[in-house]
Amino acid sequence: MRISGLKLYAIVFLIFLYAPIVLLPMFAFNNSTVVSFPLKGFTTQWFQNVWNDADLWQAVRNSLLVACTSSVLATSFAIFAARASTRYNFPGKGGLMGLIMLPMVLPDMIMAMALLVVLLGLGVQLSLVTVIMGHILICTPFAVAILSSAFQSLDKSLEEAAYDLGEGPISTFYLVILPLVTPGIISSLLISFTISLDEFVVSNFLGSKDKLLSVYIFGQLRFPKSVPTIMALGAVLVALSIVLLALAEYFRRRGIAKTGAKDTGGFL
Amino acid sequence: MSEPKPGRFWGSEAAAGLGLISPTAIYAILLLAAPLAFVIIASVLTDGYLQIIPKFQLCNYFGECASYKAGADGTLVETQKYLGAWSDPVLFSVMMRSLFVSILVTVATVALAYPMAYFISFNVAPARKGIWLFLITIPFWTSYVIRVFMWNAILGFSGVINSLLIGLNLIDKPLDMTFSIQAMVITLAHSFAPFAILPIYVALEKIDRSFLEAGQDLGENRFTTFLRVTLPLSMPGVVAAVLIVFIPTIGDYVTPKLVGGAKFPMIANVIEILMLKGDNKPLGSAIAVSAMVIVGLISVLFLFLNRRYLRGPK
Repeated sequence: MRISGLKLYAIVFLIFLYAPIVLLPMFAFNNSTVVSFPLKGFTTQWFQNVWNDADLWQAVRNSLLVACTSSVLATSFAIFAARASTRYNFPGKGGLMGLIMLPMVLPDMIMAMALLVVLLGLGVQLSLVTVIMGHILICTPFAVAILSSAFQSLDKSLEEAAYDLGEGPISTFYLVILPLVTPGIISSLLISFTISLDEFVVSNFLGSKDKLLSVYIFGQLRFPKSVPTIMALGAVLVALSIVLLALAEYFRRRGIAKTGAKDTGGFL
Repeated sequence: MSEPKPGRFWGSEAAAGLGLISPTAIYAILLLAAPLAFVIIASVLTDGYLQIIPKFQLCNYFGECASYKAGADGTLVETQKYLGAWSDPVLFSVMMRSLFVSILVTVATVALAYPMAYFISFNVAPARKGIWLFLITIPFWTSYVIRVFMWNAILGFSGVINSLLIGLNLIDKPLDMTFSIQAMVITLAHSFAPFAILPIYVALEKIDRSFLEAGQDLGENRFTTFLRVTLPLSMPGVVAAVLIVFIPTIGDYVTPKLVGGAKFPMIANVIEILMLKGDNKPLGSAIAVSAMVIVGLISVLFLFLNRRYLRGPK
Protein backbone atom coordinates (compact mmCIF):
# COMPACT_ATOMS: atom_id res chain seq x y z
CA MET A 1 0.00 0.00 0.00
CA ARG A 2 1.36 3.38 -0.91
CA ILE A 3 1.35 6.13 1.66
CA SER A 4 -0.49 9.03 0.09
CA GLY A 5 0.08 12.64 1.08
CA LEU A 6 -3.31 12.66 2.71
CA LYS A 7 -2.51 9.67 4.88
CA LEU A 8 0.73 11.30 5.96
CA TYR A 9 -1.23 14.42 6.85
CA ALA A 10 -3.70 12.32 8.88
CA ILE A 11 -0.84 10.75 10.84
CA VAL A 12 0.77 14.13 11.54
CA PHE A 13 -2.63 15.41 12.62
CA LEU A 14 -3.05 12.50 15.05
CA ILE A 15 0.40 13.26 16.50
CA PHE A 16 -0.74 16.87 17.01
CA LEU A 17 -3.94 15.65 18.69
CA TYR A 18 -2.16 13.19 20.95
CA ALA A 19 0.96 15.23 21.77
CA PRO A 20 -0.29 16.59 25.13
CA ILE A 21 -1.62 13.19 26.20
CA VAL A 22 1.47 11.22 25.22
CA LEU A 23 3.69 13.65 27.13
CA LEU A 24 1.72 13.20 30.37
CA PRO A 25 3.08 9.73 31.31
CA MET A 26 6.58 10.81 30.22
CA PHE A 27 6.63 13.65 32.74
CA ALA A 28 4.68 11.60 35.30
CA PHE A 29 7.57 9.11 35.58
CA ASN A 30 10.30 11.73 35.11
CA ASN A 31 12.61 12.16 38.09
CA SER A 32 12.67 15.97 38.04
CA THR A 33 10.65 18.72 39.66
CA VAL A 34 10.65 20.67 36.39
CA VAL A 35 8.41 19.69 33.53
CA SER A 36 10.94 19.98 30.71
CA PHE A 37 13.32 18.09 28.48
CA PRO A 38 15.68 16.30 28.61
CA LEU A 39 14.06 13.68 30.86
CA LYS A 40 16.11 12.92 33.99
CA GLY A 41 15.28 9.39 35.10
CA PHE A 42 12.56 7.09 36.29
CA THR A 43 10.56 7.64 39.48
CA THR A 44 7.16 6.70 40.85
CA GLN A 45 7.38 9.41 43.49
CA TRP A 46 4.75 11.61 41.80
CA PHE A 47 2.26 8.77 41.85
CA GLN A 48 2.96 8.32 45.57
CA ASN A 49 2.28 12.03 46.04
CA VAL A 50 -1.04 11.61 44.26
CA TRP A 51 -1.86 8.65 46.49
CA ASN A 52 -1.00 10.52 49.71
CA ASP A 53 -2.67 13.84 48.93
CA ALA A 54 -5.73 14.09 51.23
CA ASP A 55 -7.08 17.27 49.57
CA LEU A 56 -6.92 15.54 46.22
CA TRP A 57 -8.91 12.56 47.45
CA GLN A 58 -11.54 14.89 48.89
CA ALA A 59 -11.72 16.58 45.46
CA VAL A 60 -12.03 13.17 43.79
CA ARG A 61 -14.90 12.24 46.11
CA ASN A 62 -16.65 15.56 45.38
CA SER A 63 -16.14 15.12 41.65
CA LEU A 64 -17.46 11.55 41.67
CA LEU A 65 -20.54 12.61 43.63
CA VAL A 66 -21.21 15.51 41.26
CA ALA A 67 -20.50 13.46 38.12
CA CYS A 68 -22.75 10.56 39.20
CA THR A 69 -25.64 12.83 40.17
CA SER A 70 -25.30 15.08 37.11
CA SER A 71 -25.06 12.21 34.65
CA VAL A 72 -28.12 10.44 36.06
CA LEU A 73 -30.21 13.62 36.15
CA ALA A 74 -28.99 14.90 32.76
CA THR A 75 -29.72 11.53 31.15
CA SER A 76 -33.19 11.48 32.72
CA PHE A 77 -33.94 14.98 31.43
CA ALA A 78 -32.51 13.99 28.05
CA ILE A 79 -34.76 10.90 27.80
CA PHE A 80 -37.83 13.16 28.01
CA ALA A 81 -36.47 15.65 25.47
CA ALA A 82 -35.11 13.07 23.02
CA ARG A 83 -38.28 10.98 23.11
CA ALA A 84 -40.51 14.06 22.69
CA SER A 85 -38.49 15.45 19.81
CA THR A 86 -38.13 12.21 17.88
CA ARG A 87 -41.68 10.93 18.40
CA TYR A 88 -43.98 13.96 18.45
CA ASN A 89 -44.61 17.21 16.64
CA PHE A 90 -45.72 20.05 18.86
CA PRO A 91 -45.76 23.85 18.80
CA GLY A 92 -42.56 25.52 19.99
CA LYS A 93 -40.52 22.35 19.43
CA GLY A 94 -37.71 24.12 17.56
CA GLY A 95 -37.39 26.86 20.18
CA LEU A 96 -37.48 24.53 23.18
CA MET A 97 -35.03 22.07 21.65
CA GLY A 98 -32.80 25.01 20.67
CA LEU A 99 -32.79 26.23 24.27
CA ILE A 100 -32.04 22.75 25.64
CA MET A 101 -29.17 22.30 23.16
CA LEU A 102 -27.83 25.87 23.62
CA PRO A 103 -25.15 25.01 26.25
CA MET A 104 -23.34 23.00 23.57
CA VAL A 105 -22.23 26.26 21.93
CA LEU A 106 -22.84 28.96 24.55
CA PRO A 107 -19.54 29.95 26.22
CA ASP A 108 -19.43 28.25 29.66
CA MET A 109 -18.37 31.49 31.28
CA ILE A 110 -21.50 33.37 30.23
CA MET A 111 -23.70 30.53 31.43
CA ALA A 112 -21.82 30.20 34.73
CA MET A 113 -21.90 33.93 35.44
CA ALA A 114 -25.59 34.30 34.53
CA LEU A 115 -26.48 31.43 36.86
CA LEU A 116 -24.12 32.70 39.57
CA VAL A 117 -25.57 36.21 39.60
CA VAL A 118 -29.13 34.88 39.82
CA LEU A 119 -28.29 32.30 42.52
CA LEU A 120 -26.45 34.87 44.63
CA GLY A 121 -29.31 37.33 44.09
CA LEU A 122 -31.76 34.72 45.40
CA GLY A 123 -29.51 34.16 48.43
CA VAL A 124 -28.62 30.57 47.48
CA GLN A 125 -25.42 29.34 49.14
CA LEU A 126 -22.88 27.93 46.70
CA SER A 127 -22.31 24.22 47.23
CA LEU A 128 -21.97 20.99 45.32
CA VAL A 129 -25.70 21.28 44.61
CA THR A 130 -25.24 24.50 42.63
CA VAL A 131 -22.39 22.86 40.69
CA ILE A 132 -24.68 19.93 39.87
CA MET A 133 -27.36 22.36 38.65
CA GLY A 134 -24.85 23.80 36.17
CA HIS A 135 -23.42 20.42 35.14
CA ILE A 136 -26.90 19.14 34.29
CA LEU A 137 -27.31 22.07 31.87
CA ILE A 138 -23.97 21.26 30.23
CA CYS A 139 -24.41 17.47 30.02
CA THR A 140 -28.03 17.41 28.84
CA PRO A 141 -27.37 18.49 25.20
CA PHE A 142 -24.77 15.74 24.73
CA ALA A 143 -27.12 13.20 26.32
CA VAL A 144 -29.96 14.41 24.06
CA ALA A 145 -27.73 14.02 20.98
CA ILE A 146 -26.87 10.42 21.89
CA LEU A 147 -30.40 9.46 22.94
CA SER A 148 -32.04 11.12 19.93
CA SER A 149 -30.11 8.83 17.64
CA ALA A 150 -31.07 5.87 19.84
CA PHE A 151 -34.77 6.80 19.72
CA GLN A 152 -34.57 7.69 16.03
CA SER A 153 -33.31 4.26 15.04
CA LEU A 154 -36.31 2.63 16.75
CA ASP A 155 -38.70 0.98 14.35
CA LYS A 156 -42.11 2.51 14.98
CA SER A 157 -43.84 -0.73 13.99
CA LEU A 158 -42.43 -2.46 17.10
CA GLU A 159 -44.29 0.04 19.22
CA GLU A 160 -47.45 -0.37 17.15
CA ALA A 161 -47.19 -4.13 17.50
CA ALA A 162 -47.12 -3.72 21.29
CA TYR A 163 -50.27 -1.55 21.15
CA ASP A 164 -51.98 -4.11 18.91
CA LEU A 165 -51.12 -6.81 21.43
CA GLY A 166 -52.96 -4.85 24.09
CA GLU A 167 -50.20 -2.94 25.92
CA GLY A 168 -50.79 0.65 27.05
CA PRO A 169 -48.36 3.54 26.40
CA ILE A 170 -46.50 3.13 29.71
CA SER A 171 -46.09 -0.64 29.56
CA THR A 172 -45.04 -0.33 25.90
CA PHE A 173 -42.37 2.13 26.95
CA TYR A 174 -41.04 -0.20 29.67
CA LEU A 175 -41.38 -3.46 27.77
CA VAL A 176 -40.40 -2.48 24.23
CA ILE A 177 -38.77 0.93 23.96
CA LEU A 178 -36.64 1.02 27.09
CA PRO A 179 -34.85 -2.29 26.48
CA LEU A 180 -34.04 -1.19 22.93
CA VAL A 181 -32.58 2.16 23.98
CA THR A 182 -30.79 0.87 27.10
CA PRO A 183 -27.39 0.82 25.35
CA GLY A 184 -28.00 4.46 24.34
CA ILE A 185 -28.86 5.32 27.95
CA ILE A 186 -25.68 3.69 29.26
CA SER A 187 -23.63 5.47 26.63
CA SER A 188 -25.28 8.77 27.57
CA LEU A 189 -24.58 8.16 31.27
CA LEU A 190 -20.91 7.48 30.58
CA ILE A 191 -20.46 10.49 28.30
CA SER A 192 -22.27 12.81 30.76
CA PHE A 193 -20.14 11.41 33.58
CA THR A 194 -16.95 12.11 31.60
CA ILE A 195 -18.05 15.63 30.67
CA SER A 196 -18.99 16.45 34.26
CA LEU A 197 -15.71 15.07 35.60
CA ASP A 198 -13.78 17.23 33.14
CA GLU A 199 -15.79 20.44 33.38
CA PHE A 200 -13.92 23.38 34.86
CA VAL A 201 -15.58 26.79 34.43
CA VAL A 202 -18.97 26.02 35.97
CA SER A 203 -17.32 23.90 38.69
CA ASN A 204 -15.04 26.79 39.56
CA PHE A 205 -17.56 29.63 39.66
CA LEU A 206 -20.62 27.83 41.01
CA GLY A 207 -18.55 25.84 43.50
CA SER A 208 -17.80 26.61 47.14
CA LYS A 209 -14.81 25.63 49.26
CA ASP A 210 -15.67 22.00 48.43
CA LYS A 211 -13.42 21.83 45.39
CA LEU A 212 -13.95 19.55 42.43
CA LEU A 213 -11.04 17.70 40.87
CA SER A 214 -10.73 20.01 37.84
CA VAL A 215 -10.75 23.07 40.12
CA TYR A 216 -8.17 21.49 42.41
CA ILE A 217 -5.93 20.73 39.42
CA PHE A 218 -6.27 24.27 38.06
CA GLY A 219 -5.32 25.66 41.48
CA GLN A 220 -2.30 23.36 41.84
CA LEU A 221 -0.93 24.30 38.41
CA ARG A 222 -0.09 27.75 39.81
CA PHE A 223 2.58 26.15 42.01
CA PRO A 224 5.54 24.85 39.96
CA LYS A 225 6.34 22.48 42.84
CA SER A 226 3.12 20.51 42.46
CA VAL A 227 3.14 20.32 38.65
CA PRO A 228 4.84 16.85 38.43
CA THR A 229 2.22 15.43 40.80
CA ILE A 230 -0.50 16.82 38.55
CA MET A 231 1.22 15.14 35.57
CA ALA A 232 0.97 11.80 37.38
CA LEU A 233 -2.67 12.48 38.21
CA GLY A 234 -3.27 13.44 34.57
CA ALA A 235 -1.77 10.17 33.36
CA VAL A 236 -4.14 8.23 35.65
CA LEU A 237 -7.12 10.29 34.46
CA VAL A 238 -6.25 9.72 30.80
CA ALA A 239 -6.12 5.98 31.36
CA LEU A 240 -9.46 6.05 33.19
CA SER A 241 -11.25 8.12 30.58
CA ILE A 242 -10.02 5.89 27.76
CA VAL A 243 -11.56 2.92 29.58
CA LEU A 244 -14.83 4.82 30.11
CA LEU A 245 -14.96 5.94 26.48
CA ALA A 246 -14.25 2.49 25.17
CA LEU A 247 -17.16 1.23 27.29
CA ALA A 248 -19.44 4.02 26.04
CA GLU A 249 -18.50 3.27 22.44
CA TYR A 250 -19.10 -0.45 22.98
CA PHE A 251 -22.61 0.15 24.32
CA ARG A 252 -23.42 2.68 21.59
CA ARG A 253 -22.48 0.20 18.88
CA ARG A 254 -24.33 -2.63 20.57
CA GLY A 255 -27.42 -0.42 20.68
CA ILE A 256 -27.16 0.31 16.99
CA ALA A 257 -26.68 -3.38 16.23
CA LYS A 258 -29.68 -4.25 18.40
CA THR A 259 -32.08 -1.98 16.53
CA GLY A 260 -30.61 -3.05 13.22
CA ALA A 261 -29.60 0.46 12.16
CA LYS A 262 -26.50 1.54 10.28
CA ASP A 263 -23.57 2.95 12.23
CA THR A 264 -23.37 6.65 11.48
CA GLY A 265 -20.22 7.54 13.38
CA GLY A 266 -19.04 8.96 16.67
CA PHE A 267 -20.68 10.45 19.72
CA LEU A 268 -21.34 13.94 18.49
CA MET B 1 -49.80 11.70 28.59
CA SER B 2 -50.80 8.36 30.04
CA GLU B 3 -54.57 8.76 29.88
CA PRO B 4 -56.04 10.29 26.71
CA LYS B 5 -58.51 12.91 27.92
CA PRO B 6 -61.47 14.33 26.03
CA GLY B 7 -61.12 17.68 24.28
CA ARG B 8 -59.12 18.86 21.31
CA PHE B 9 -55.80 19.68 22.96
CA TRP B 10 -55.56 17.02 25.65
CA GLY B 11 -54.79 13.72 24.05
CA SER B 12 -53.54 15.37 20.88
CA GLU B 13 -50.04 14.82 19.60
CA ALA B 14 -49.10 18.38 20.57
CA ALA B 15 -50.15 17.82 24.18
CA ALA B 16 -48.30 14.51 24.39
CA GLY B 17 -45.12 16.09 22.99
CA LEU B 18 -45.28 19.19 25.17
CA GLY B 19 -46.09 17.12 28.23
CA LEU B 20 -43.17 14.82 27.61
CA ILE B 21 -40.64 17.57 27.01
CA SER B 22 -41.89 19.77 29.87
CA PRO B 23 -39.54 18.59 32.66
CA THR B 24 -36.46 19.24 30.54
CA ALA B 25 -37.89 22.42 29.03
CA ILE B 26 -38.88 23.87 32.42
CA TYR B 27 -35.42 23.12 33.80
CA ALA B 28 -33.75 24.85 30.85
CA ILE B 29 -36.11 27.83 31.06
CA LEU B 30 -35.53 28.32 34.81
CA LEU B 31 -31.79 27.69 34.92
CA LEU B 32 -30.69 28.89 31.49
CA ALA B 33 -33.20 31.19 29.78
CA ALA B 34 -34.13 33.11 32.94
CA PRO B 35 -30.52 33.78 34.05
CA LEU B 36 -29.58 34.87 30.52
CA ALA B 37 -32.59 37.20 30.46
CA PHE B 38 -31.49 38.54 33.84
CA VAL B 39 -28.00 39.30 32.48
CA ILE B 40 -29.52 41.19 29.56
CA ILE B 41 -31.67 43.23 31.96
CA ALA B 42 -28.80 43.81 34.41
CA SER B 43 -26.69 45.22 31.57
CA VAL B 44 -28.98 48.25 31.30
CA LEU B 45 -29.25 48.91 35.05
CA THR B 46 -27.06 50.88 37.47
CA ASP B 47 -24.16 49.57 39.53
CA GLY B 48 -24.46 49.79 43.31
CA TYR B 49 -22.31 48.47 46.14
CA LEU B 50 -22.80 44.67 46.13
CA GLN B 51 -26.16 45.22 44.46
CA ILE B 52 -27.78 46.31 41.25
CA ILE B 53 -29.85 49.51 41.36
CA PRO B 54 -32.96 49.23 39.16
CA LYS B 55 -32.40 52.45 37.24
CA PHE B 56 -32.33 52.20 33.45
CA GLN B 57 -29.27 53.44 31.58
CA LEU B 58 -27.34 52.51 28.45
CA CYS B 59 -23.95 53.81 29.57
CA ASN B 60 -22.74 50.28 30.43
CA TYR B 61 -22.45 49.92 26.66
CA PHE B 62 -21.67 53.45 25.45
CA GLY B 63 -20.54 56.54 27.32
CA GLU B 64 -19.64 57.22 30.93
CA CYS B 65 -21.31 55.58 33.92
CA ALA B 66 -21.11 55.96 37.67
CA SER B 67 -21.21 53.42 40.50
CA TYR B 68 -23.21 54.31 43.60
CA LYS B 69 -23.24 53.38 47.24
CA ALA B 70 -26.06 53.89 49.73
CA GLY B 71 -25.09 56.78 52.00
CA ALA B 72 -25.86 57.15 55.71
CA ASP B 73 -29.29 58.71 55.12
CA GLY B 74 -30.23 56.17 52.45
CA THR B 75 -29.50 58.42 49.50
CA LEU B 76 -27.17 57.19 46.80
CA VAL B 77 -23.64 58.53 46.80
CA GLU B 78 -21.55 58.33 43.67
CA THR B 79 -18.39 56.30 44.33
CA GLN B 80 -16.62 56.12 41.01
CA LYS B 81 -16.98 56.73 37.32
CA TYR B 82 -16.27 54.21 34.59
CA LEU B 83 -16.60 53.93 30.83
CA GLY B 84 -19.02 51.59 29.03
CA ALA B 85 -17.93 48.37 27.32
CA TRP B 86 -17.63 49.94 23.87
CA SER B 87 -16.27 53.30 25.10
CA ASP B 88 -13.50 52.05 27.39
CA PRO B 89 -10.42 51.52 25.19
CA VAL B 90 -9.16 48.63 27.37
CA LEU B 91 -12.46 46.73 27.34
CA PHE B 92 -12.94 47.43 23.65
CA SER B 93 -9.49 46.07 22.85
CA VAL B 94 -10.20 42.92 24.92
CA MET B 95 -13.38 42.34 22.92
CA MET B 96 -11.56 42.89 19.64
CA ARG B 97 -8.70 40.62 20.72
CA SER B 98 -11.16 37.86 21.66
CA LEU B 99 -12.84 38.26 18.29
CA PHE B 100 -9.49 38.20 16.49
CA VAL B 101 -8.32 35.09 18.38
CA SER B 102 -11.65 33.30 17.74
CA ILE B 103 -11.50 34.06 14.02
CA LEU B 104 -7.88 32.87 13.81
CA VAL B 105 -8.71 29.72 15.78
CA THR B 106 -11.77 29.03 13.63
CA VAL B 107 -9.89 29.44 10.35
CA ALA B 108 -6.95 27.33 11.57
CA THR B 109 -9.13 24.60 13.09
CA VAL B 110 -11.47 24.21 10.13
CA ALA B 111 -8.66 24.39 7.55
CA LEU B 112 -6.70 21.72 9.44
CA ALA B 113 -9.79 19.60 10.07
CA TYR B 114 -11.04 19.47 6.48
CA PRO B 115 -8.27 17.25 5.03
CA MET B 116 -8.57 14.96 8.06
CA ALA B 117 -12.34 14.59 7.61
CA TYR B 118 -11.80 14.12 3.87
CA PHE B 119 -9.22 11.41 4.52
CA ILE B 120 -11.53 9.48 6.86
CA SER B 121 -14.52 9.79 4.57
CA PHE B 122 -12.83 9.02 1.23
CA ASN B 123 -9.63 7.10 1.95
CA VAL B 124 -10.45 4.90 4.95
CA ALA B 125 -12.20 1.56 4.45
CA PRO B 126 -15.80 1.69 5.79
CA ALA B 127 -15.07 -0.91 8.47
CA ARG B 128 -12.22 1.22 9.89
CA LYS B 129 -13.99 4.58 9.88
CA GLY B 130 -15.41 4.02 13.35
CA ILE B 131 -12.01 3.43 14.87
CA TRP B 132 -10.58 6.59 13.25
CA LEU B 133 -13.45 8.68 14.59
CA PHE B 134 -12.92 7.11 18.00
CA LEU B 135 -9.20 7.96 17.86
CA ILE B 136 -10.04 11.57 17.11
CA THR B 137 -12.54 11.94 19.95
CA ILE B 138 -10.40 10.40 22.71
CA PRO B 139 -8.10 13.39 23.35
CA PHE B 140 -11.15 15.63 23.52
CA TRP B 141 -12.56 13.79 26.53
CA THR B 142 -9.42 13.77 28.65
CA SER B 143 -8.78 16.32 31.36
CA TYR B 144 -9.25 19.65 29.62
CA VAL B 145 -7.30 21.78 32.13
CA ILE B 146 -4.24 19.51 32.05
CA ARG B 147 -4.41 19.25 28.25
CA VAL B 148 -4.33 23.02 27.91
CA PHE B 149 -1.50 23.29 30.44
CA MET B 150 0.56 20.71 28.52
CA TRP B 151 0.98 23.17 25.67
CA ASN B 152 3.32 25.11 27.95
CA ALA B 153 5.44 21.97 28.19
CA ILE B 154 5.39 21.62 24.41
CA LEU B 155 5.99 25.23 23.43
CA GLY B 156 8.07 26.33 26.45
CA PHE B 157 11.78 27.27 26.61
CA SER B 158 12.90 23.73 27.39
CA GLY B 159 9.79 22.21 25.88
CA VAL B 160 9.42 19.51 23.28
CA ILE B 161 9.71 21.69 20.19
CA ASN B 162 12.72 23.68 21.39
CA SER B 163 14.53 20.52 22.59
CA LEU B 164 13.84 18.88 19.26
CA LEU B 165 15.02 21.85 17.18
CA ILE B 166 18.16 22.31 19.30
CA GLY B 167 18.83 18.58 19.21
CA LEU B 168 18.67 18.69 15.42
CA ASN B 169 20.97 21.74 15.44
CA LEU B 170 18.38 23.78 13.61
CA ILE B 171 18.46 26.61 16.17
CA ASP B 172 20.99 27.76 18.80
CA LYS B 173 18.72 29.53 21.23
CA PRO B 174 15.28 28.32 22.31
CA LEU B 175 12.40 30.12 20.62
CA ASP B 176 10.09 32.09 22.87
CA MET B 177 6.68 30.72 22.01
CA THR B 178 4.72 30.67 25.26
CA PHE B 179 2.50 33.40 26.63
CA SER B 180 1.60 34.62 23.17
CA ILE B 181 -1.44 34.88 20.94
CA GLN B 182 0.04 32.15 18.70
CA ALA B 183 0.32 29.76 21.66
CA MET B 184 -3.31 30.47 22.52
CA VAL B 185 -4.41 29.84 18.92
CA ILE B 186 -2.53 26.51 18.77
CA THR B 187 -4.00 25.39 22.09
CA LEU B 188 -7.54 26.34 21.17
CA ALA B 189 -7.25 24.81 17.68
CA HIS B 190 -6.19 21.61 19.44
CA SER B 191 -9.10 21.74 21.88
CA PHE B 192 -11.72 22.23 19.18
CA ALA B 193 -10.31 19.91 16.48
CA PRO B 194 -12.84 17.06 16.99
CA PHE B 195 -15.71 19.57 16.96
CA ALA B 196 -14.61 20.68 13.50
CA ILE B 197 -13.80 17.26 12.05
CA LEU B 198 -17.06 15.52 12.91
CA PRO B 199 -19.58 17.82 11.14
CA ILE B 200 -17.37 18.04 8.03
CA TYR B 201 -17.03 14.26 8.04
CA VAL B 202 -20.80 13.80 8.29
CA ALA B 203 -21.35 16.19 5.34
CA LEU B 204 -18.72 14.39 3.24
CA GLU B 205 -20.28 11.01 4.02
CA LYS B 206 -23.61 12.23 2.61
CA ILE B 207 -22.14 13.04 -0.80
CA ASP B 208 -23.28 10.61 -3.46
CA ARG B 209 -20.06 9.16 -4.85
CA SER B 210 -21.54 8.89 -8.33
CA PHE B 211 -21.48 12.73 -8.53
CA LEU B 212 -17.69 12.56 -8.38
CA GLU B 213 -17.53 9.99 -11.14
CA ALA B 214 -19.92 12.13 -13.18
CA GLY B 215 -17.62 15.11 -12.71
CA GLN B 216 -14.62 13.14 -13.92
CA ASP B 217 -16.58 11.63 -16.82
CA LEU B 218 -17.41 15.17 -17.88
CA GLY B 219 -13.75 16.01 -18.18
CA GLU B 220 -12.86 17.50 -14.78
CA ASN B 221 -9.62 16.36 -13.18
CA ARG B 222 -9.53 15.30 -9.55
CA PHE B 223 -8.71 18.77 -8.27
CA THR B 224 -11.43 20.59 -10.21
CA THR B 225 -13.91 17.87 -9.27
CA PHE B 226 -13.05 18.59 -5.64
CA LEU B 227 -13.48 22.35 -6.13
CA ARG B 228 -16.70 22.17 -8.12
CA VAL B 229 -18.45 19.13 -6.64
CA THR B 230 -17.07 17.91 -3.30
CA LEU B 231 -16.34 21.26 -1.65
CA PRO B 232 -19.72 22.90 -2.42
CA LEU B 233 -21.59 19.76 -1.33
CA SER B 234 -19.66 19.61 1.95
CA MET B 235 -20.25 23.28 2.78
CA PRO B 236 -23.10 22.58 5.25
CA GLY B 237 -20.57 20.63 7.33
CA VAL B 238 -17.98 23.39 7.03
CA VAL B 239 -20.54 25.98 8.11
CA ALA B 240 -21.53 23.86 11.12
CA ALA B 241 -17.85 23.36 12.00
CA VAL B 242 -17.17 27.10 11.79
CA LEU B 243 -20.05 27.97 14.09
CA ILE B 244 -19.34 25.20 16.61
CA VAL B 245 -15.72 26.37 16.93
CA PHE B 246 -16.20 30.12 16.66
CA ILE B 247 -19.00 30.62 19.19
CA PRO B 248 -17.50 28.89 22.27
CA THR B 249 -13.94 30.04 21.54
CA ILE B 250 -14.73 33.70 22.07
CA GLY B 251 -15.72 32.90 25.66
CA ASP B 252 -12.82 30.60 26.55
CA TYR B 253 -11.50 31.14 30.06
CA VAL B 254 -8.84 28.51 30.72
CA THR B 255 -6.52 29.03 27.72
CA PRO B 256 -5.85 32.76 28.25
CA LYS B 257 -5.15 31.99 31.92
CA LEU B 258 -2.81 29.03 31.47
CA VAL B 259 -1.26 29.53 28.03
CA GLY B 260 -1.68 33.28 27.54
CA GLY B 261 0.08 33.79 30.88
CA ALA B 262 -2.66 36.29 31.89
CA LYS B 263 -1.02 38.78 29.51
CA PHE B 264 -3.78 38.46 26.95
CA PRO B 265 -7.08 38.35 28.83
CA MET B 266 -10.12 37.52 26.74
CA ILE B 267 -13.78 38.31 27.31
CA ALA B 268 -14.36 35.54 29.88
CA ASN B 269 -11.44 36.69 32.04
CA VAL B 270 -12.68 40.28 32.03
CA ILE B 271 -16.23 39.17 32.85
CA GLU B 272 -14.85 37.24 35.83
CA ILE B 273 -12.96 40.26 37.17
CA LEU B 274 -15.87 42.67 36.70
CA MET B 275 -18.54 40.35 38.09
CA LEU B 276 -16.60 39.14 41.13
CA LYS B 277 -13.64 41.22 42.38
CA GLY B 278 -14.70 44.37 40.56
CA ASP B 279 -18.30 44.11 41.80
CA ASN B 280 -19.64 45.78 38.68
CA LYS B 281 -22.31 43.35 37.52
CA PRO B 282 -24.03 45.71 35.09
CA LEU B 283 -20.76 46.37 33.22
CA GLY B 284 -19.84 42.64 33.33
CA SER B 285 -23.31 41.83 31.99
CA ALA B 286 -22.93 44.44 29.24
CA ILE B 287 -19.71 42.73 28.12
CA ALA B 288 -21.34 39.29 28.22
CA VAL B 289 -24.26 40.59 26.16
CA SER B 290 -21.89 42.37 23.75
CA ALA B 291 -19.98 39.11 23.25
CA MET B 292 -23.22 37.22 22.55
CA VAL B 293 -24.34 39.95 20.13
CA ILE B 294 -20.99 39.95 18.30
CA VAL B 295 -20.95 36.16 17.83
CA GLY B 296 -24.66 36.17 17.02
CA LEU B 297 -24.30 38.80 14.29
CA ILE B 298 -21.20 37.23 12.77
CA SER B 299 -22.85 33.79 12.80
CA VAL B 300 -25.98 35.11 11.09
CA LEU B 301 -23.86 36.98 8.53
CA PHE B 302 -21.84 33.83 7.91
CA LEU B 303 -24.98 31.73 7.46
CA PHE B 304 -26.35 34.38 5.07
CA LEU B 305 -23.18 34.37 2.97
CA ASN B 306 -23.37 30.59 2.68
CA ARG B 307 -27.12 30.43 2.10
CA ARG B 308 -26.77 29.02 -1.41
CA TYR B 309 -24.94 25.96 -0.03
CA LEU B 310 -27.39 25.39 2.80
CA ARG B 311 -30.60 25.12 0.79
CA GLY B 312 -32.00 21.63 0.72
CA PRO B 313 -31.99 19.54 -2.46
CA LYS B 314 -34.33 21.00 -5.05
